[in-house]
Amino acid sequence: MATDHSRTAARFMISPSVLLLLGWMIVPLSMTIWFSFQSYNLLSPGTEEWIGLLNYEFFLTDPAFFEALANTLLLVGGVLLITIIGGTGLAILLDQPVWGQGIVRILVIAPFFVMPTVSALVWKNMFMNPVNGLFAHLAKTVGLQPFDFLAHAPLFSIILIVAWQWLPFATLILLTALQSLDQEQLEAAEMDGASALNRFVYMVVPHLARAITVVILIQTIFLLSIFAEILVTTNGGPGYASTNITFLVYAQSLLQFDVGGGSAGGIIAVILANIVAIFLMRMIGKNLEA
Amino acid sequence: MIKTPIKLLAVTAFAALLSGNPAAAETLTIATVNNGDMIRMQKLTDDFTAKNPDIELEWVTLEENILRQRVTTDIATKGGQYDVMTIGTYEVPIWGQKGWLVSLNDLPASYDVDDILPAIRNGLTVDGQLYAAPFYGESSMVMYRKDLMAKAGLEMPEAPTWDFIGEAARAMTDKQNEVYGVCLRGKAGWGENMAFLTATANSFGAKWFDMDWKPQFDSAAWKNTLTFYLDLMKDAGPPGASSNGFNENLALFQTGKCGMWIDATVAASFVTDSKNSKVADQVGFALAPDTGLGKRGNWLWAWSLAIPAGSQKVESAKKFIAWATSKDYLALVASKEGWANVPPGTRASLYANPEYAKVSFAKMTLESINAADPTKPTVDQVPYVGIQFVAIPEFQGIATAVGQQFSAALAGNVSVDQALKNAQALTERAMRKAGYPK
Amino acid sequence: MARAVTNRRKAVTTLAAWGVGLLIFFPILWTILTSFKTEADAIASPPLFLGFDWTLENYGEVQERSNYFRHFWNSVVISFGSTFLGLLIAIPSAWSMAFVPGKQTKNVLMWMLSTKMLPPVGVLIPIYLIFRDTGLLDTRAGLVIVLTLINLPIIIWMLFTYFKEIPGEILEAARMDGATLWAEILHVLTPMAVPGIASTLLLNVILAWNEAFWTLNLTAAEAAPLTAFIASYSSPEGLFYAKLSAASTMAIAPILIMGWFSQKQLVRGLTFGAVK
Repeated sequence: MATDHSRTAARFMISPSVLLLLGWMIVPLSMTIWFSFQSYNLLSPGTEEWIGLLNYEFFLTDPAFFEALANTLLLVGGVLLITIIGGTGLAILLDQPVWGQGIVRILVIAPFFVMPTVSALVWKNMFMNPVNGLFAHLAKTVGLQPFDFLAHAPLFSIILIVAWQWLPFATLILLTALQSLDQEQLEAAEMDGASALNRFVYMVVPHLARAITVVILIQTIFLLSIFAEILVTTNGGPGYASTNITFLVYAQSLLQFDVGGGSAGGIIAVILANIVAIFLMRMIGKNLEA
Repeated sequence: MIKTPIKLLAVTAFAALLSGNPAAAETLTIATVNNGDMIRMQKLTDDFTAKNPDIELEWVTLEENILRQRVTTDIATKGGQYDVMTIGTYEVPIWGQKGWLVSLNDLPASYDVDDILPAIRNGLTVDGQLYAAPFYGESSMVMYRKDLMAKAGLEMPEAPTWDFIGEAARAMTDKQNEVYGVCLRGKAGWGENMAFLTATANSFGAKWFDMDWKPQFDSAAWKNTLTFYLDLMKDAGPPGASSNGFNENLALFQTGKCGMWIDATVAASFVTDSKNSKVADQVGFALAPDTGLGKRGNWLWAWSLAIPAGSQKVESAKKFIAWATSKDYLALVASKEGWANVPPGTRASLYANPEYAKVSFAKMTLESINAADPTKPTVDQVPYVGIQFVAIPEFQGIATAVGQQFSAALAGNVSVDQALKNAQALTERAMRKAGYPK
Repeated sequence: MARAVTNRRKAVTTLAAWGVGLLIFFPILWTILTSFKTEADAIASPPLFLGFDWTLENYGEVQERSNYFRHFWNSVVISFGSTFLGLLIAIPSAWSMAFVPGKQTKNVLMWMLSTKMLPPVGVLIPIYLIFRDTGLLDTRAGLVIVLTLINLPIIIWMLFTYFKEIPGEILEAARMDGATLWAEILHVLTPMAVPGIASTLLLNVILAWNEAFWTLNLTAAEAAPLTAFIASYSSPEGLFYAKLSAASTMAIAPILIMGWFSQKQLVRGLTFGAVK
């Protein structure tokens, strides 16, 4: 169908983005790989030397590494779980006829516009602070001891904050998908006596499957490199309880200024991200072809 | 429909992109920390620009950790983004040694460099070169509530022991009414909980390294320190202490929720300021506690202004530094905001000033600063200088990681022994990687 | 009768929807309210909801301390600049991938997306060194370049999924008429793709506006956007909830307002191919 001419043109048109992204990937990445084999501390310039795989050895044997790996997966998984379940519920709710639908929708999507640093600061200080936070006041009103969120449930608190930010995104995509669902079919099923639950399980969920994979793909891309929320709220602690891989790399390269170690960590993070990516691509690949 | 506004925005956006800012007068970019005294300095900029119409000031005010990361990255890569940097007594000796800073030995005679308190000046001098001028200096001391102390039937000695602090804190605690006997730092960070804990450990006879640079977290002295701290905080500390740093504790103390607070001497002017503090007229001061081993747990720090080597604007930057750290600046702040709000702890003449002597915390601040000796920080002999830090480049990374462990112990997530074991292991690892002993 | 039932049902869903909506919006509302309190009222116990002395002093204080409008303008330039540049590069690519797909198209697209998974912190030092050597540190142009590259995969992906929904026959017809490739893109494709492009634009402006890692690490004073502005209000000395709230409100208000007004455009194209 496509002519040779348009094929050449297509290749020509696609090349700027490919070249740019290739450059964006290769130049810093090759520098990072180079640094990762060096003993290179930003604070001791002039002492760089080739040390082989030592940086990798140190990063992988860091007691924080496996905890950070687990935290990364928990963070991504937890946020995905909350946003998909919550998003589906919200989408169904917003799909119903409601007075003031426009305003409700505006309220629901608002968190998506809030800067991550701002939302983390607001949640940390004005809600989760165990002395002056709103949750503490709430707990005291009902006679409970205020719960210290960031000390005793740091990862959960961060998941909560991040989920709040991403819930609107999931809701919007799922809502759009829901609105394309054939209403007549649904009504016919209702006439035939299918219960609300059955209609949801056998008609709505399959219809949403594609939208859900899209939500997973896009959100995972952003959630893998969650950083600002951790920096602002817990600084990865207490201990390593809320350190993810990104934050561990940050601690290595910008708190310890160990560029070599941080670079090795960065390369490992890239490899891990690619494993996740391959996994995701498999999952979503079919949907892409359709 | 949506096309026109987009086009319009595109045009304006790209136009703005292309037009750079025309360079008029020389602009100094000053990186500073968002502490009260610096924000006040920023507000007083007009006084400087009136005297130096050819210099414009551009402020980059950041939270302490972000600031430190930004300026360190910049100076280490010679990025040249800042003309004046606000750094502390930890950075100055290390950076000065590497030749990253411009020497300030040629400041004009009117600056009266000999007026700077010797303890502070020594901390900013490397091989006879002054590499940074102190904006304010601090030690640490006990701040306590006289009313709560009286209510508990106790009297604070001028030089308390840790045992007394423990007793008083537990006596003052009234959790039902949200009064906590003692507020101490718990937020992880080498400049946060580790500054306090390292200084406290000194008074318990603990140390970071022995003379062979071997980490000492497996020592009994560290275990005593940490056990004492955790028990005290459990019995008499506020909830959420593991995320409380200087600023959080300040807010707690100002709102009347702490009986005692052991922290930086600069806090004295904030807690006695009736505009922001509910307890302003009830605050007393005492030296940092000891355990009778001959060392008190008080540190020494000075936020100072320095010029990165390679700067193109050294002359203007020196003018600015000379202004910001001068006697005249102190007088300027005093005339506008009162003597209590003057940046403390830098100049002997300030403490000789009879007006300033009336300020309730002046004497205790000076005594605390004078009592601190960074060259002999703890009971035993050690291979490093620095009281609440170890002046080696690796320290901030290691101490922040150790701080995470201690913070986790405070949150109750790990035991004392586990936290110390982890601290020992990670410090050993980091020191091995850094190639110590050197 | 039937009408009464639906009305009651509508009342119930309305109540539920408003309840959930207000709950989700509450943190923002609380921030805005707190920004009008004095510092003492901001931490009052029990919390004050509306019955406090409204004041604008926090806004005055924040403006006195930081040059809000410069930060704001930098944010505008950087987010719109990078989005337009990104669209300029992405539209042809997405077009060709959607209408002239090759064997490798899917892989190329996936590879592009995977570049977004690289943790930025791992490559900060290399980028910093490159920026230093090219004089791009603390320039808006530098940030526009970085943010364009960061968001390019998302832009391409979004446009690609949208373009794919445009029926190919229309293009065939245009080709029959002898339209050149550029004319085809310009006159046939673009008008049809406008909703998708508009939505892509909005989403990317939001993402760029809120990007806090590169914007903070590659700027000092000249090019610092609102993300850097907010960094000076994170845990300062003393009581700060009210000032933090005022600064937060100032930082998020522009994008919030823009988002609300363009909500319909944003939602229309925000499908990422989720809907067949």
